[in-house]
Amino acid sequence: MKHIKTLSGNSLNKDLKKVGCGECQTSCQSACKTSCTVANQKCERE
Amino acid sequence: MIHQFRVHNTNIVLDVNSGAVHILDDIASEVLSCFDENGRPIEKELGIIRQKYGEVPVTEALSELETLKSEGLLFSSDPFEDIFSAETTPAVVKALCLHMAHDCNLRCKYCFAGEGNYHSEKSKMPFEVAKKAIDFVIESSGNRRNIEIDFFGGEPLLNLKVIKDTVLYAREKEKSHNKRFRFTITTNGLLLDDETMEYINNTMDNIVLSLDGRREINDAMRIRRDGSGCYEAIVPKFQKMVSIRKDKDYYIRGTFTGNNLDFSEDVLHMAELGFEQLSIEPVVLPDGSGIEIKREHLEIICSEYEKLALKLLKLRKQGKRVNFFHFMLDLEGGPCVAKRLRGCGSGTEYLAVTPQGDLYPCHQFAGIEEFKLGNVFTGIDKQDVVESFRGLNVYTKKSCRDCWAKFYCSGGCAANAWHFQKDLSGNYEIGCELEKKRVECALWLKAQELLG
Repeated sequence: MKHIKTLSGNSLNKDLKKVGCGECQTSCQSACKTSCTVANQKCERE
Repeated sequence: MIHQFRVHNTNIVLDVNSGAVHILDDIASEVLSCFDENGRPIEKELGIIRQKYGEVPVTEALSELETLKSEGLLFSSDPFEDIFSAETTPAVVKALCLHMAHDCNLRCKYCFAGEGNYHSEKSKMPFEVAKKAIDFVIESSGNRRNIEIDFFGGEPLLNLKVIKDTVLYAREKEKSHNKRFRFTITTNGLLLDDETMEYINNTMDNIVLSLDGRREINDAMRIRRDGSGCYEAIVPKFQKMVSIRKDKDYYIRGTFTGNNLDFSEDVLHMAELGFEQLSIEPVVLPDGSGIEIKREHLEIICSEYEKLALKLLKLRKQGKRVNFFHFMLDLEGGPCVAKRLRGCGSGTEYLAVTPQGDLYPCHQFAGIEEFKLGNVFTGIDKQDVVESFRGLNVYTKKSCRDCWAKFYCSGGCAANAWHFQKDLSGNYEIGCELEKKRVECALWLKAQELLG
């Protein structure tokens, strides 16, 4: 494309059957104790 | 839904429901501004852009935007609400924040826990309570294998012997119950000595070391009982701790207040001290505290986040490995959508345990009677409160539903919502605005890295 560069495509809506295993870290157990940031957590399956 | 924004002259658009991110030149950006919320171009507005740029480039940009739409990468619909908005999975508890000491050797002026004692009698968690907490989480975690234990306070190192005994006990139980415990500690560092550092390094999966940045900033807030600052004592200890840590996880974590809105200087100072994994968060205090973040600070803080992003990019270009926790984003991976719409899990899969064994939805609710969910010896007795937390997600929270940042902050902090609006499904508006700016800066940084 001439006017647009795509940095990332469809990252959220991948395979919805493979989500929600719950094995990942809770967000407050990292550096965040007073505000909530979740998108920087890792997926345990990757 | 899309979110179109500009940071440091870069036009970026996020397609909220797919997570797709695009960089637009000025023509495409202006053409996109002519689309209505349903993704239809408004011909009258396009006419003005055509006059400005000419027919050909506008038609090209329009065609490219229509292609992205047809590929589900722009104005995509939300496929998640029907699948995930109701919590149907069995309730499990998989993470505990153990308050090893309701006591502290510092008197930080902004501490939400009073002077570390959570506005009650000073106390330390006895081993019997910690042991029972481990039993409780093993019993309550169902099929979940990974369990997290955060040793927290007050200052947890005031109760190091019990921490060591608790770790040994949990390790003993791991195999027979098919669990894996991961330990974290959050410390102010004053009690770190060589032996303790070695123990922490060997035992903890992550360590959070508290420092606010520049000496004068840190020492104005993080003070001992006699009023003296702790910078001089803790920085060499943290440097040593981090040097033996090597590639294991750690964070230097600070708080900024209304007194240091130029907090990017504090992050840079941390980097100058040799630290690489950095976090600094806005203080959360009610109006009238004197050092709280006020609505009128928002513009300057947002601009400071943009400055910080630029400074971090410069450092990285110089080859320095500096990572800012709140600008971390994995555009291709990261947490799944089920995690993104529920957030931290407080009150459901994550609970705090006081030295007496009382259970609360998280450390920030500790001591508030209506949120005392039960006790590790007797279990949960306020199931209705747990259910109210289970019902929270970005679709049930009024102000999140139509927010473009909902899959990045995941509904924000329930404790902040309750403290500011007395409503778990409410929001802390200042926190929301700052989170949105952090996500924009994180996306901008990603764009710079990927585009080179």
